[in-house]
Amino acid sequence: MDLIGYVLLFPIIGTIINGLFGKKLNTSLVGIIACTAIGLSFLVSILVFIDLLKLPPESRLFEKEYFLWIGSGSFKSIAGLQVDPLSTVMILVVSGVGFLIHVYSIGYMHGDDGFYRYFTYLNLFTFAMLLLVLANNFLLMFIGWEGVGLCSYLLIGYWFEKKSASDAGMKAFVVNRIGDFGFLLAIMLIFVTFNTIDFTEVFLAAPEHLEVGSIVATMIALLLFLGAVGKSAQIPLYTWLPDAMEGPTPVSALIHAATMVTAGVYMVVRCNVLYMLSPFSMTVVAVIGGATALFAATIGLAQNDIKRVLAYSTVSQIGYMFLACGVGAFVTGIFHLVTHAFFKALLFLGSGSVIHALGGEQDMRKMGGLKPHLPTTYKTFLIGTLAISGIPPFAGFFSKDEILLEAFTRGSLLFWGLGGFAAFITAFYMFRLLFMTFHGKSNMDKHVEEHVHESPMSIVFPLIVLAFLSVVGGFLGFPAASAINDFLAPVIGGGGHLAMADGGEAHHVSGRLMYSMMGLSTGIALVGIFLAYVMYIRNPDLPAKIVDKFKLVYKIIYNKYYVDEIYDATVVNPTVKSSFFLWRVIDVRVIDGFVNGVGRLVELKSEVLRLFQTGYVRNYALSMLFGGVIIIICSLILL
Amino acid sequence: MNFPILTIATFLPLMGAIWLLFINKGKEEKIRRIALVTAIGSFIISLPLFFNFNLNTHEFQFVEKVPWIKEFGISYYVGIDGISLFLFLLTSFLTLISILASWTIKDRIKEYMISMLVLETGMLGVFISLDLFLFFVFWEVMLIPMYLLIGVWGGPRRVYAAIKFFIYTMAGSVLMLVAIISLYFMNYKATGEYTFDLVKIYELDIPMGAQFWLFLAFFFAFAIKVPMFPFHTWLPDAHVEAPTAASVILAGVLLKMGTYGFVRFSLPLFPYASHQFVPIIAWLAIVGIIYGALVAMVQEDLKKLVAYSSVSHLGFVMLGIFVFNIQGMEGGILMMVNHGLSTGALFLLVGMLYERRHTRMIADFGGLTKVMPIFAVFFMIITLSSVGLPGMNGFVGEFLVLVGTFKSNILYATLATTGVILAVCYMLWMFKRVMFNKLTNPENQKLKDLNKREWAILLPIAILVFWIGIYPKPLISRMDASVNHLLTQVDEKYKLTLNRLEKDKIKYAMKDELPELAQYQED
Repeated sequence: MDLIGYVLLFPIIGTIINGLFGKKLNTSLVGIIACTAIGLSFLVSILVFIDLLKLPPESRLFEKEYFLWIGSGSFKSIAGLQVDPLSTVMILVVSGVGFLIHVYSIGYMHGDDGFYRYFTYLNLFTFAMLLLVLANNFLLMFIGWEGVGLCSYLLIGYWFEKKSASDAGMKAFVVNRIGDFGFLLAIMLIFVTFNTIDFTEVFLAAPEHLEVGSIVATMIALLLFLGAVGKSAQIPLYTWLPDAMEGPTPVSALIHAATMVTAGVYMVVRCNVLYMLSPFSMTVVAVIGGATALFAATIGLAQNDIKRVLAYSTVSQIGYMFLACGVGAFVTGIFHLVTHAFFKALLFLGSGSVIHALGGEQDMRKMGGLKPHLPTTYKTFLIGTLAISGIPPFAGFFSKDEILLEAFTRGSLLFWGLGGFAAFITAFYMFRLLFMTFHGKSNMDKHVEEHVHESPMSIVFPLIVLAFLSVVGGFLGFPAASAINDFLAPVIGGGGHLAMADGGEAHHVSGRLMYSMMGLSTGIALVGIFLAYVMYIRNPDLPAKIVDKFKLVYKIIYNKYYVDEIYDATVVNPTVKSSFFLWRVIDVRVIDGFVNGVGRLVELKSEVLRLFQTGYVRNYALSMLFGGVIIIICSLILL
Repeated sequence: MNFPILTIATFLPLMGAIWLLFINKGKEEKIRRIALVTAIGSFIISLPLFFNFNLNTHEFQFVEKVPWIKEFGISYYVGIDGISLFLFLLTSFLTLISILASWTIKDRIKEYMISMLVLETGMLGVFISLDLFLFFVFWEVMLIPMYLLIGVWGGPRRVYAAIKFFIYTMAGSVLMLVAIISLYFMNYKATGEYTFDLVKIYELDIPMGAQFWLFLAFFFAFAIKVPMFPFHTWLPDAHVEAPTAASVILAGVLLKMGTYGFVRFSLPLFPYASHQFVPIIAWLAIVGIIYGALVAMVQEDLKKLVAYSSVSHLGFVMLGIFVFNIQGMEGGILMMVNHGLSTGALFLLVGMLYERRHTRMIADFGGLTKVMPIFAVFFMIITLSSVGLPGMNGFVGEFLVLVGTFKSNILYATLATTGVILAVCYMLWMFKRVMFNKLTNPENQKLKDLNKREWAILLPIAILVFWIGIYPKPLISRMDASVNHLLTQVDEKYKLTLNRLEKDKIKYAMKDELPELAQYQED
């Protein structure tokens, strides 16, 4: 486990080599360096995982401290890494999926001018993400947190000459910063409350320091959650994620689907002790999660850009994870995070393969009938779609079903309803996507159609691996013998006895309820799929008719409920306008006007005062005398 | 006596300036070289200050004390502690960089370099003076070369800007002079000794009423320099007109004179008044943070944008200083250094663009990354350092200031933290409009990327940005002793005054209600 530092070391070495010399190296070497770095990091992660398994479950916590980063008075942030079941799961996912996406990128980004720049950012991203999940204190986690945000910004705006791309990058950064505002305040509040920001110490002290439901606990939890909402694109800060699709598709897969955007979920689970101290904030988490799951899914219904559909589905799926956390099923949240990383990465990479084959086309209305052209991509994509729709035995089924079950048993019918309805919509729009892209008749442009081809091996190979994982991944959490549940159990409810009544994961549901819920959620998904089949295969004219009938509803959904426009009108524009007012009126006219006014006044006064400058010594002597008398009188009065 | 590092490092530039007087003004290359060598010399000589600095004492180090005008108790008394150390190093570093950045100045190069070197001596002197009179002399000395740099080598409205700068600063200085002289006489009254020795005057117990007025007099001098809202309007004008190097020095060093003044003089001399003024100063600082950021956001001129961003950043510094705890103070001092580096670098970068395109209007640029990729990398690094990205220098100071503020007042901290969001807005929006999007303006088509000299200017700053961001311990640990001492000193004196106030109250109350008892007590 002493090796843990190497998990971070390899990616940063890759970043430095490619960043400094990448321009001079040839492209295949750049790709090899980048992939090797992440591959080695993945291998070390496996070694660490094996080491961890050797320990008895209750002592699976290992911390390695390197140096004092910031120390001022009693405030200390030590640069140290923490290995425990939660961080180990995360590094395996990040470096594993990251490695596949690096390999994929070699094929996908082939021939791009900024090849080395791309891989430098991608390695840096992996480094920052690993740091985020391995950090042993809040502030160090914040470096990773901002680091992934930076890489996201750089990679969204990777094709910086495109205005939409550079706009989207900036939007992502700014919206994330709104979340960071909460995160930063939370760190400060944690420090003031516990006099430490070390995870282990805070989580140990929290149940003793704070009562369940105390204001401080709620404030900390909610401020942290604001950070999570920004990073994980939840209501109301989700608007940056769909725009983030301006970045290269592998980036969307890695950063904006599999890893970075789930950092908020990781953070909430990491801080589960704090959340359990505040039932109110748990409810907030569940409500926001559930609402986002449904809201984003509805937007996904009417989008025509293949990547945007996937983006809204990501927002929606992360909503599920928060729903799980909010009802206290933290492990289930992480379980869904893992399976989602597999199938969503698969879907994005699959869509990338389609886009690659079509020479950059992303509009699904100009696709169709691709199945024979892209056989492997189709098969893997189908697996991903089945997984996200929640069809057994694919990975998404187990995790999503478990969330719905937990929402029902620990939460309420409302949460179950939100999740269930969203599941139905998800199955529908995902199969809509599949049908519009691969089935039916071809709507491709002529010159595009001539060049359609299956993607090269470096693209197809990651698809196959991820498809495999999307099939078997669910068995990690197979209800009867949940490996992931047992593995993660020690991390949850570190406070133990003071946790909420039903806070611990040792929480059993009767088999009958479980199986009937499974059947129900499968049924919901099948209905959704069937509806998509009716509308897009059997009766392709139907969608247009429905749109005609519900014009207004369609328009609102198609325009994403006009949320961006509302934000522009209520926040962005007023801020810019009032800033202009502050500058042009307050600064230039009022403050500077006053200063210049004083200046002018002095000029006028000196016209008068000049009269005293006669140049005669006798006049000056007289004034001196007067002055002296006045001073003496004044001092006599004052002293 | 040890080797007089401080004196040599401080006066070497002045020697260089005198040397330049004797050089024929046609020999431009030689003039540049002499200036550069002197600046390098001064910087290298000041390096041992860092390495040989004793971490365990709050006492002034590398002290030199020689009587100057004995009759008036004026002495040449210099020394540094953990508070002035980094400002001293920053000054000699930035002057060196500025001279390197002035290589392209063609007009009256000799006078220009002389001004730069005299300016350096003045600035270094301010940070080491432990004698109030000496301090004031240096304070005034640096004013004149800066005035000349703006007024002679500046842009089209340089005369207006230079005079505005001069009058503003002078107005503050005059009040400060009055306050210094009052302190001098007060000290005489109390101890019977005529002296400007700061360390002795620290011991002075100043009555509350006098503290109030004296604090106010110093306040104006320093607040104008910082500049605090609403005394900031000289800054955008001065920056826009000043040549690049003067902007670097102005933002990097001169602004810190104000914040340094608060730490060195206002706080320890007038602790009671300082505490009383906290609400006013904190609110002005917060308004500065938000107002500066908002106004920066809508600027059309790059230099003005950076100037207003300084108002915002210095608001953080002021807030950190006036929360009276170690995190705030150390964060504040660190932020002075960080602001010097990143804002200095921003002005250098803007200057490089200006030299190529002779415009600073954001609208004239766009898509520059395409033609200037290396410039883009440095610009990005500095931009991120300025917005306080963790892992870079800006974050460490900013976060410590916020933590310190949070400890003393949650509302202040919350409002100040909004600055973190706004900083991203104005910096990244500017960056996007200058560096990203399609390169459409044909004049930008053939811009050249950085040359070797420009590399040499930016690389050291970039290294420092990461060093301070990743391993700030060597800096913070050097501040610890001095900052702790300062805070206890202030705290003790403040409590003393409070106690006396309490006793007085009791005495008055007793006199009013129970005259006999009061009489009894007095006996």
